[in-house]
Amino acid sequence: MTNQDFPLIFERSKEGRVSFNLPEIDVPEVDLEAELTDTYVRQEAPDLPEVSELDIMRHYTGLSNRNYGVDSGFYPLGSCTMKYNPKINEDVARLDGFSHIHPYQDPKTVQGALEMMYDLQESLKEITGMAGVSLQSAAGAHGEWTGLMMIRAFHEANGDFHRTKVIVPDSAHGTNPASATVAGFEAVTVKSNENGLVDLEDLKRVVGDDVAALMLTNPNTLGLFETEILEMAEIVHDAGGKLYYDGANLNAIMGYARPGDMGFDVVHLNLHKTFTGPHGGGGPGSGPVGVTAELEPYLPKPLIVKQDDFYTFEYERPQSIGRVKPYYGNFGINLRAYTYIRTMGAEGLKKVSEYAVLNANYMMRKLEKAYDLPYSQHCKHEFVLSGRRQKKLGVRTLDIAKRLLDFGYHPPTIYFPLNVEEALMVEPTETESKETLDGFIDTMLQIAAEVENNPEIVQEAPHNTVVKRMDETTAARKPILRYYKA
Amino acid sequence: MDFRFLPMTEADKTEMLDTIGVSSTDELFSDIPEKVRLKEVLNLKAPKSEADLKKELVQMANKNYNLKEYISFLGAGVYDHFIPSVVDHVISRSEFYTAYTPYQPEISQGELQAIFEFQTMISELTGMPVANSSMYDGGTSLAEAVNLSAGQTRKKKVLVSKAIHPESQAVIETYGKGPNLEIVYIDHVNGRTDLDQLAKELDENTASVVIQYPNFFGQIEPLAEVRELLNKQPKSMFIVSSNPLSLGYLTPPGKFGADIVVGDTQVFGIPAQFGGPHCGFFATTEKLMRKIPGRLVGQTTDENGLRGFVLTLQAREQHIRRDKATSNICSNQALNALASSVAMSSIGKHGLKKMSELNMQKARYAKQRFEEEGFEVISNGSFFNEFVVKLPITVKEANDKLLEKGFIGGYDLATYYPELEGHMLVAVTEIRTKEEIDAFVKELGDIHD
Repeated sequence: MTNQDFPLIFERSKEGRVSFNLPEIDVPEVDLEAELTDTYVRQEAPDLPEVSELDIMRHYTGLSNRNYGVDSGFYPLGSCTMKYNPKINEDVARLDGFSHIHPYQDPKTVQGALEMMYDLQESLKEITGMAGVSLQSAAGAHGEWTGLMMIRAFHEANGDFHRTKVIVPDSAHGTNPASATVAGFEAVTVKSNENGLVDLEDLKRVVGDDVAALMLTNPNTLGLFETEILEMAEIVHDAGGKLYYDGANLNAIMGYARPGDMGFDVVHLNLHKTFTGPHGGGGPGSGPVGVTAELEPYLPKPLIVKQDDFYTFEYERPQSIGRVKPYYGNFGINLRAYTYIRTMGAEGLKKVSEYAVLNANYMMRKLEKAYDLPYSQHCKHEFVLSGRRQKKLGVRTLDIAKRLLDFGYHPPTIYFPLNVEEALMVEPTETESKETLDGFIDTMLQIAAEVENNPEIVQEAPHNTVVKRMDETTAARKPILRYYKA
Repeated sequence: MDFRFLPMTEADKTEMLDTIGVSSTDELFSDIPEKVRLKEVLNLKAPKSEADLKKELVQMANKNYNLKEYISFLGAGVYDHFIPSVVDHVISRSEFYTAYTPYQPEISQGELQAIFEFQTMISELTGMPVANSSMYDGGTSLAEAVNLSAGQTRKKKVLVSKAIHPESQAVIETYGKGPNLEIVYIDHVNGRTDLDQLAKELDENTASVVIQYPNFFGQIEPLAEVRELLNKQPKSMFIVSSNPLSLGYLTPPGKFGADIVVGDTQVFGIPAQFGGPHCGFFATTEKLMRKIPGRLVGQTTDENGLRGFVLTLQAREQHIRRDKATSNICSNQALNALASSVAMSSIGKHGLKKMSELNMQKARYAKQRFEEEGFEVISNGSFFNEFVVKLPITVKEANDKLLEKGFIGGYDLATYYPELEGHMLVAVTEIRTKEEIDAFVKELGDIHD
């Protein structure tokens, strides 16, 4: 540690300092060491910090000051839907009646919790146009895998054991092929056409009786609506496959269109994206899965059901794929999403998509003057620019992203999707004001000018963050993954 | 209705539409084929004002019997421990909770460093050299460990103790369908894994052995003996799921040569919240460092030599590996890992041992009280903070009566173990007082009589 380094909590530690008062022991003590013997009594205490309560607050407040969230500033991170996280959600999630209830309490003692879950299941069915919903999956990728396991179970129940492939577009989220692989499938790629949409001819080429499903995001990761979705559904269904909807981009179409009406058989949603989770620095999320009536028997168990006016669990689901997670999903995140849906209602959710799309198109039209726009049709909630013009001047997309840090912005997603060179993927979300969008646009235009006139300032960015660019190569070659006392 | 999260004014909208060159926002949706365009308004409950909604949701919360108002002896994988006030103050800082995954290290040092510290704490607790940044929960973390063992050993047979959490068993089964694993259950004898059966089943086709320590019944499995058995099949991996609080007092699984140690840090600073979100951890050996699922944070330096932290070894991650992935985990439980780090820092090196001990002492007192009241306590050796009591009636009947007296009783083992009808799993944490334990045992004793 140098003098300028921010200390680790372990480096603030001092023998004998405490910040936790345990209750005094009020029961007669037994000799634990004798009972457990030397083999099972820990001989060396784990080296946790010894700090005061103020040390803890200073430490973590210091760390929070070295971090950046949506409340800190604009966060147009494409595909991640970094919208405002309403504060009522946080308050509701902290009510004792929601936060301090045990998953194994008798259903009659948790009717409020079950009512919320049931109502959320019903709301998500309506928003997606699906027949059944399970709240059990913990995150988007977990939902993808859950959905694929259901598709697998469906095919196997039909005696169809030869469907080993899952088709994934070349622009897909990286989790799609990974989820397919983990579910025991082989991921095969379908190409995009010159409009950035799935190439139907190529789809016809890869589809067949060995295909279990096509995974699709709509709008896709370029922010473009797959206009030929019904034709695609027909091609896949005719071949006996199922259509999987990656709900990462649902923020674009709420109240305008529903995956269930487009021919999708399985849908997962990212409640931490569209439904204001929040993201938590990487999690926890929640990835509920919706299905058509045909696939409903395969949903994970238990589901929440309403019998007369009593809410309870349904375990008797013989064709269910089983459990994908202990207990019933990330209840606390589901509760936040529920609170958001109840705040917005149908009218509000449609406006969410309306403004998400308006904001993205506005920014796209302002920025296409200075950056290449590979696909020029109207976008939905996000759009992808290419930094190839700047690259010719020796400035990479990575440099542009780092330069944005100097102006107090979180950069867009970069180098994704993979089918756009030097990609910059911008998703403003609906919660940002026009002033914020204009400020970011001006900065992006300024950076484009700097690339032409003063490229070093971009190449050497960032200039005023707490640390400069990190040596990631050494980090990977000689990994230091924990602290050891010097 | 006005929506407080939507800042655009009509004037803004007009100006923006003009810039785009369209006359209405509907035109921006014209690429959605007519056939799939939604004609009706979604059938959802009407939007509510903040005040009205809060009132409704408070009423909904009040319909639940919560662990702060009722005296709970329910555990079975989710525990009611004291949460220091600092925890919620830290995780309520919105620079943490409104941030995304720290992909831009220059403005994410706070999160990255906090995770690096979390990794260190988990490594210390488990006695393993490497720990990741978190998993969804203990159950899925265990299932990922099992799948990793199959991939690493290229074997399909997994020996799973029936004394691990039954819902983890169920998750392992679902996860195991992807790679077509053969899961062989090893029975329990009076609440401890049957080592004789384990010895018989353990062979050269075994990918791994899965043991929970302390196990689902609260008992401390003899890891030293399991290790000895495994020494005869050194290629088979040793996977241990552990309650990390117990490791304040118990010898960590790393000392018994575990290859992977998983569990859930819910015990540190995370409320029960009806089963999630909690926080899984995953710790392993240096050998398996590059196979570990999920994210890892590593220490490095910046251009000026300042210490800093980055996400590292991401070649393992799904977004790079895509179709060669061995795990698809992307989002994790970062904020809950932060909560647990704060709780662990607060509890501290010596506090952890004391807290662990306090759980054990109180549980032993409760066990003794049950025995004095004439109950049979099923036990096959030492235990942590849970034990099994045999009741003359069903656990559901007992719990109904306890509820009337203000208690949330223990877990009904018949739920997953039909042979254990009338057996209650009782959890006693540091927050239960002697008076509460006495009253609880007395109420059950009255039922007994």
